[in-house]
Amino acid sequence: MFDTNDVIVIDNLHKYFGHIQAVKGVNLSVRQGEVVIIVGPSGSGKSTVLRCINHLEVPTNGAVYIDGVHLEDKKTDINKVRAEVGMVFQQFNLFPHLTVLENITIAQRLVRKRNQEEAKQIAMQQLTRVGIPEKADAYPRQLSGGQQQRVAIARSLAMNPKIMLFDEPTSALDPEMIKEVLDVMLVLAKEGMTMVVVTHEMGFARAAADRVVFMDDGSVVEVASPEQLYTNPQHDRTKLFLSKILGH
Amino acid sequence: MTALEEKTNKKAPGGSAWREFPWWLVAIIIFLITMGILIATQPEFKRAFLFIKGGFGSLEDFPDVVALIGKGISVTVYTTLVGFAFALVFGLLAGLGRISSNVILRNTAIFYVEFIRGVPTLVLIFTVAFVLVPWIAGGENSGVSMSSRAVFALAIIYGAFLAEIFRAGIESISKGQMEAARSLGMTHGQAMRHIILPQAVRNILPALGNDFIAMLKDSSLVSVLAVRDVTQQGRLYASSTFRFRESYLILTFLYLTMTLTLSLLLRWFERRLGKNV
Repeated sequence: MFDTNDVIVIDNLHKYFGHIQAVKGVNLSVRQGEVVIIVGPSGSGKSTVLRCINHLEVPTNGAVYIDGVHLEDKKTDINKVRAEVGMVFQQFNLFPHLTVLENITIAQRLVRKRNQEEAKQIAMQQLTRVGIPEKADAYPRQLSGGQQQRVAIARSLAMNPKIMLFDEPTSALDPEMIKEVLDVMLVLAKEGMTMVVVTHEMGFARAAADRVVFMDDGSVVEVASPEQLYTNPQHDRTKLFLSKILGH
Repeated sequence: MTALEEKTNKKAPGGSAWREFPWWLVAIIIFLITMGILIATQPEFKRAFLFIKGGFGSLEDFPDVVALIGKGISVTVYTTLVGFAFALVFGLLAGLGRISSNVILRNTAIFYVEFIRGVPTLVLIFTVAFVLVPWIAGGENSGVSMSSRAVFALAIIYGAFLAEIFRAGIESISKGQMEAARSLGMTHGQAMRHIILPQAVRNILPALGNDFIAMLKDSSLVSVLAVRDVTQQGRLYASSTFRFRESYLILTFLYLTMTLTLSLLLRWFERRLGKNV
């Protein structure tokens, strides 16, 4: 049924919130090691699609497969799948009552069943990777937004996920902090992590993306390489959207 | 003109300190000290005090601490502490049930909370002690002591109030916390226990403290079951000696001392916790 290289398959996805249809039949496959960026105006359904990939939203219709595992199947152990799919949120969602180190170790211990020592060691490796090992004992509220988001990335990476999802990871950040987060994501992309990213950061898309998906009004309008999509969009809706975000 | 300005300027800071001073606390402390003096100097007050706090009869069965503070007070404190501990369990379970997606659990929890809230506390104490407990334990002569029934009744009643506090506390935590925990692969239960509840409990601590104090006061209602807490002791003393003034002043004095101590302790505890958040 699928290409064996496809780690994410979204098959005819529909999602209703009450009477409002947020996603109208989206099909999308992501190969191992691929970086896919989803762009589109607000309300276009891009975040909903992303959240269906780790079952934070349950599709009204259609199916999502991770490594061939059907998420909507009642027999699927969703927690097992989620441990393989990291997610980074717009609002960071660090656990404010835990230190940075505890934020990164708690799921390792509860879900991966690692002991305290091992979890701590992996946490420190990831903190070093995102460039703030010295903040291990700080509480989230003592960190800047950019630092918090980097901790959130480290928290996901410590689970050794196969896939990373990013839901507008820089939208809540002050401009001077955006780069430090994107730099971390860029390294991750170069290392071959499979990533699906909802973002408007065009520089990042050009540097890291294999494909850019443009969504509007719940549907995929256009899929292309970043170069092609940004310089030579095929659809009027894509042109209109790009003219708005490139306008200044 | 300048002299007048100087005068008002001088007066202003002193005046505001005078306004901010907790005079109410001074008044309460004066009341407590006056009661202390009366108990120490007036034989009638002393006799009433000793009886009501419970320093009577054979005390061999009780440890020294109990003998010192009195059996009446011990019964009140014990009823409140044990009752509240059970109420916390009932409240947490009902609060979780209240927000559960399971239809049966949710409706059971709402039924419990609404049922209890719709009936006066005094009526509930009678109903639990004389209807519910015999029904559960199998018969009126099942040997469950009145003090156990009293504790059970208070726990059930306050569990319903605490359920709403727990529910509000859990709902006060942003949805993103649960989503972040679940996206890391935690089960709903793990996320609740390790991520949501620790934050929720911290938020609701002042409310829990208030209900603890409210329960200490409501524990006086168990005297209707002839449980010999301080209120029952006071009523017994008053009716056998006709010393109503002494009895009820001392009862007031005892409760006020306990509740005031508790609320000061809670404030200190909250401030200490606040520093660590």
